[in-house]
Amino acid sequence: MSSPKIWRQRIERYRLLGQKCKGCGKVYFPKRLVCPECGGRDFGEESMPETGKIVTYTTVYVGPKFMENDTPYVVAIIEFANGVRVTTQVVDVSPEEVSAGKEVKFVFRKLKDEGKTGVIVYGYKAQLV
Amino acid sequence: MVGIVGYGSYVPRYRIKVEDIANQWGRDPEVIKRGLMVNEKTVPGTDEDTITISVEAGRNALKRAGIDPRLIGSCYVGSESHPYAVKPSGTIVAEALGITPEVHVADFEFACKAGTEAMWVAYNEVKSGELQYALAIGTDTSQGAPGDALEYTASAGGTAYIFGKEKVVAEVVETFSYTSDTPDFWRREGAFYPRHAGRFTGEPAYFKHVYNAGVGILKKAKMKPEDFAYAVFHMPNGKFPQTIGKKLGFSKEQIEPGWVVPYMGNTYSGSSPTGLSATFDVSKPGDMVFIVSFGSGAGSDAFIFKVTERIDEVRNLAPKVREMLDNNKIYLDYGKYAKFREKIILNE
Ligand SMILES: [Zn+2]
Repeated sequence: MSSPKIWRQRIERYRLLGQKCKGCGKVYFPKRLVCPECGGRDFGEESMPETGKIVTYTTVYVGPKFMENDTPYVVAIIEFANGVRVTTQVVDVSPEEVSAGKEVKFVFRKLKDEGKTGVIVYGYKAQLV
Repeated sequence: MVGIVGYGSYVPRYRIKVEDIANQWGRDPEVIKRGLMVNEKTVPGTDEDTITISVEAGRNALKRAGIDPRLIGSCYVGSESHPYAVKPSGTIVAEALGITPEVHVADFEFACKAGTEAMWVAYNEVKSGELQYALAIGTDTSQGAPGDALEYTASAGGTAYIFGKEKVVAEVVETFSYTSDTPDFWRREGAFYPRHAGRFTGEPAYFKHVYNAGVGILKKAKMKPEDFAYAVFHMPNGKFPQTIGKKLGFSKEQIEPGWVVPYMGNTYSGSSPTGLSATFDVSKPGDMVFIVSFGSGAGSDAFIFKVTERIDEVRNLAPKVREMLDNNKIYLDYGKYAKFREKIILNE
C-alpha cells in the first residue's frame, strides 16, 4: 500500500467509519463509490459498532518485516452485527486463547512502523472482550 | 460553572512484577518492593504508544461526556514520550477522536506534569469563553534504563479530561502552580533513556514543589485538608505521595483511592491524572478533591475540584481505573519485557 493511499484512508481506519447506502440501506466498510446491491451512489457516513465476533482466524508464524518480532500473532475475520466483515490482528492474546465466535472490541493501535525513522501508521485492531 | 464534563483513562494489559526486575539484576525483591511500595507496573504492547493510549483514554472521556466531538475546540497531549520528535501526537489523536479539523492542537512537555499543565490551559480556554469544550490528556510510555532504579516503576497509561461549562462532573474550584529551575531529572534530545540526580530528586525537587503548591492552593482557597474527601499526588513510587500527603495534613484514607501506583507504577504525565480519575470513580456528589502533580525540571500544578451530582450518571459509562488494573492482566517475564520495550539491540 502506498503512503498517499494510507494517508487518504486514515479517517476510515482511525474511526472505523463506513457508509450506508441511502437507496437500499446496506452498510459498507471500507467505503465504496457504487452500491453493489442496488447500484446507488448516494451514501451516508455510518460508524461501525465497537464490538464484533470472530468468524475465523489464523496464526501467523512468519510475518512481514515490521511484525517479525511479534510472531506468532493472530489475524482474524471479524463480523459486526450489521453484517460488515473486516480482517485484522487480534492483540494482547496468545493463539490458544482465540476461537471462532468470541467477542472482540476494536482498539486503536500502531499498524506499521516504517523503520525507526519512518512514518508510523495507526488504525484499528481487535482485542478479546 | 466550569469544570470536567468527561474523564477517561486507559492502561495496557501487560504487566511485569517488580520482583522479576529485581531478580534479573541480583537485587533483593522484598527490599525493593518495600522501599518503593510498588508490586508491579504496566507495560505497553509493542503496538502501543503515547498516541494509541491517548486515543483510548480520549474515547473513554467522550463516552462519559456524551458530547459531539466536533464541539471540542482544543486538543492537548502532555507527555515525555511523544513517538515523534517533530510531528504532533495531538493531530493523530484529534483525528482519531473525530475532533478535527476546526481545533487548536499542541503537544505539551514538562516531564511528569505535562498532563496537568494541559488541563490548566484547557480549563482556562473554557473559562475565558473562547471555547465550548477543551480536551487535555496526560499519557506516557516511559522507559528506565536497564538496571536503573527507574526501571522498577516507569510504566504506561494515560487519562483524558474534557472541560466545559454544561453537564459538569467536577467543578474547578481553584488552581495554583509552583515552579523553579531544578535539574533533578532530564533526557537530552536524541538520548533513549533519561538521567536523574539520584537522591537529589527527593527534597529539593518533588517534596519542595508539591508541598509549596499544596500549601499555596489551600491558602488561596482558604481551605484545610479536613475539607477534602480525597487527595491525589504525583506517584513516582508508592512512598513519596504518602509522605507528602502526611506532611500536608492529609490522611491515608483520603489518599487511598487515587494511590494507584502499587499496581500501575509511575505513568509519568499520566500518573496524577490517572490517580484523579480513579478517585472520581469512587467520589460522591459534593466531595471536594485535591490534586497536586509534579514534573521534574521542576514544578507542580494544584487543582481543587468539587464533584457534582452528574458523577453518578457518568461513572459507569466507561471502564474504571481499578477495573482496568485488576482485570485481563498478562504477565511478562524480564526477557519478554526487554523485547517488548526494545531494550535488546537487534541487527537492522
Ligand atoms: Zn444500495
